[in-house]
Amino acid sequence: MMKGAFVWAIFALTLAVLAAAPFFLEAYGLGLLIGLLGYVTLASAWGLFSGRTGYVSLATVAFFGVGAYAVAALNEVLPYPLVLLVAALAGLGLALAVGLSTLRLAGVYFVIFTFGLAELVRQLVTWYEINVTGTLGRYIFMDLGPEHIYWQLLALAAATLFITWRIDRSRLGLALRVIADDEVVAAHLGIDLARTKLALFALSSVIVTLVGAIQAPRWTYIEPAIVFNPTVSFLTLVMALLGGASRLWGPALGAVPLFLLFEWLSANFPNHYSILLGLLFIAIVFALPKGVFAFAEMHLKTRGGEKRIVPVEAESKP
Amino acid sequence: MINLPRRAILRTLGISACMFAIAAAMPAGAQDRASVKIGYAISKTGGNAGGAGITTIPNYQLWVKEVNDAGGLELPDGTRLPIEVIEYDDRSSAEEVVRATERLATQDQVDFILPPWGTGFNLAVAPMFDRFGYPQLAVSSVTDKAPDFVKRWKRSFWMLGGGSDYTDALAGLLKKAIGEGKINNKIAMISVADGFGVDLVTAARPSFNEAELEVVYDVTYPVGTTDFTSMINEAAASGADTFVAFSYPPETFAITQQAQVAKFNPKVLYLGVGAAFPNFGPDLGANAEGIMSLGGIDPKNEANVAYRKRHEEVIGRAPDLWGSVVTYASLQMLQEAIKRRGLDREAVSDELSNGAFQTVLGEVKLEDNQLRTLWFGGQWQNGNFVAVAPVDREGVSEAILPKASWK
Repeated sequence: MMKGAFVWAIFALTLAVLAAAPFFLEAYGLGLLIGLLGYVTLASAWGLFSGRTGYVSLATVAFFGVGAYAVAALNEVLPYPLVLLVAALAGLGLALAVGLSTLRLAGVYFVIFTFGLAELVRQLVTWYEINVTGTLGRYIFMDLGPEHIYWQLLALAAATLFITWRIDRSRLGLALRVIADDEVVAAHLGIDLARTKLALFALSSVIVTLVGAIQAPRWTYIEPAIVFNPTVSFLTLVMALLGGASRLWGPALGAVPLFLLFEWLSANFPNHYSILLGLLFIAIVFALPKGVFAFAEMHLKTRGGEKRIVPVEAESKP
Repeated sequence: MINLPRRAILRTLGISACMFAIAAAMPAGAQDRASVKIGYAISKTGGNAGGAGITTIPNYQLWVKEVNDAGGLELPDGTRLPIEVIEYDDRSSAEEVVRATERLATQDQVDFILPPWGTGFNLAVAPMFDRFGYPQLAVSSVTDKAPDFVKRWKRSFWMLGGGSDYTDALAGLLKKAIGEGKINNKIAMISVADGFGVDLVTAARPSFNEAELEVVYDVTYPVGTTDFTSMINEAAASGADTFVAFSYPPETFAITQQAQVAKFNPKVLYLGVGAAFPNFGPDLGANAEGIMSLGGIDPKNEANVAYRKRHEEVIGRAPDLWGSVVTYASLQMLQEAIKRRGLDREAVSDELSNGAFQTVLGEVKLEDNQLRTLWFGGQWQNGNFVAVAPVDREGVSEAILPKASWK
């Protein structure tokens, strides 16, 4: 109990420090934190679904872009909280439609489908803009300073981590662990596979949609090429994998150092960024296939004594 | 055992948050003025790299080299300070260009920031330029909303006109040719389903309508289309003397080739981005004669001819015949404004708004922060891409119509 209270106190304190950051930082520091929180939330939301079900999704940017477009389309007709609500509903609708039709796909088929989904949504938006509105770019003129965007993202990041924590301790979390291990066993245990996966996919997608919606006012002008940039999906995936996608803090732990590294690379090696990034990705996949978390734990366990190695080895057997 | 890493993580998180705050709060060091810092974030990689690498980056490099070779930027007291360049790659990402601009303004504390490439990115950074008080000389940004933007961001300058400027100029040229009995009033028009094509075709419909031109064929095609045979055949069958394609570079070249194969010889052939690339004319040789596009230059303007020669010497290739010269002129304006008013950004912005400048475009004076004396249409004539629209501007060349048949 004491330990639990201590963890909560640290969590609350960190949150408070972060919430006060705009009063101390100037624009660049705040901009950095906005980008950082954006990816922490994206990676955590990605881990919430993909890390727990083993379904690798490259659809992150599809939802991200839908959120941004919802804000662009509605920012002049609805009050801001309603805009966010509509954006979330749009993300939910898309997630349910996609989830119902595709969560039966497994493995690489799902990966390919989700990658195609981002392009599909982008083309649909493009088609709509050309044939209905007759223009491709949309403007977002809102009186939201960077600190407002930052606070919203902070709240969303905290909410994402809290929801993930709750789910891991619920029946749903238990069901997910079984599904990730073996779907056949899960089905025999009476777990409703489709519904469980769908619920999680929808939740994760709504969070991603909201990240896009909250960040969009920072760009003033959006068009499909800007908001449906596939790099977002890949970066999210790599960050979550680096940290350990199935852990509560894993994706965040991957996102923070990687984001700072990207920033440092692009500030100091603007001309070699892509090469260094590619090498880094390869290094991550080879050196830390299960994420930093699992690596650190295995390391600690190995040092802890002979006895603890056994379960790790047993786990890796088919 | 399980709690240990988590606590360690939380501790690390806390520490890194503090480190962050400290690192970010550190001042960037006192400035001893040995140079003028000029920064820019530009798409060196990603989808925008092609455009930025043709119109923007070479001109930034050329200008910096020329200024520094001359001893630096001249200040009002006659002294010169060399330019120190800080360059970032925005990787064609909107979030990246915003953050890189914040970095330039608050971390690097540069004296001036040069704008990024593209309409979207210039708008993405406009609030940043405004908040930090930097003048923004947006060149590679074709927008009809410039007057609104100037009201919103007082220090923003828009140098390449809007879509309807180009289509109005084209309509004016066509109307004149119809009046002279050279062509009929029918137009076949195709456009790419992406930013440039959509903006231009949306502006073109009312422009043509107002000029009493009849659009008999109006089709949009997706980015990456390679086969234009059926569109060309239908345009040929439509009876239109004028064929307009608001296209991107790969398609512009494909249409040119396929029109030759199909022996499609419209009296007016107007193509989109790519037809004003310096190699377009020389590569096509005699077949380029008469092809029209956006932009154009006045071959009698000696300053421009000299600029093109310097660009070729320093960069290794000729500049494009639309935005490049305007980009370079915008830098000359900045240079001259600094010479007159110093490094005070407020004063420089004021000078850019109200002053008159001698540039490679001739004398330039902005109207409501916009460059309005531009060439909106050009035509390949004897290997030069000469300006033919707007038809009522001084220095304009007469368009040669009908276009010569394919050889």
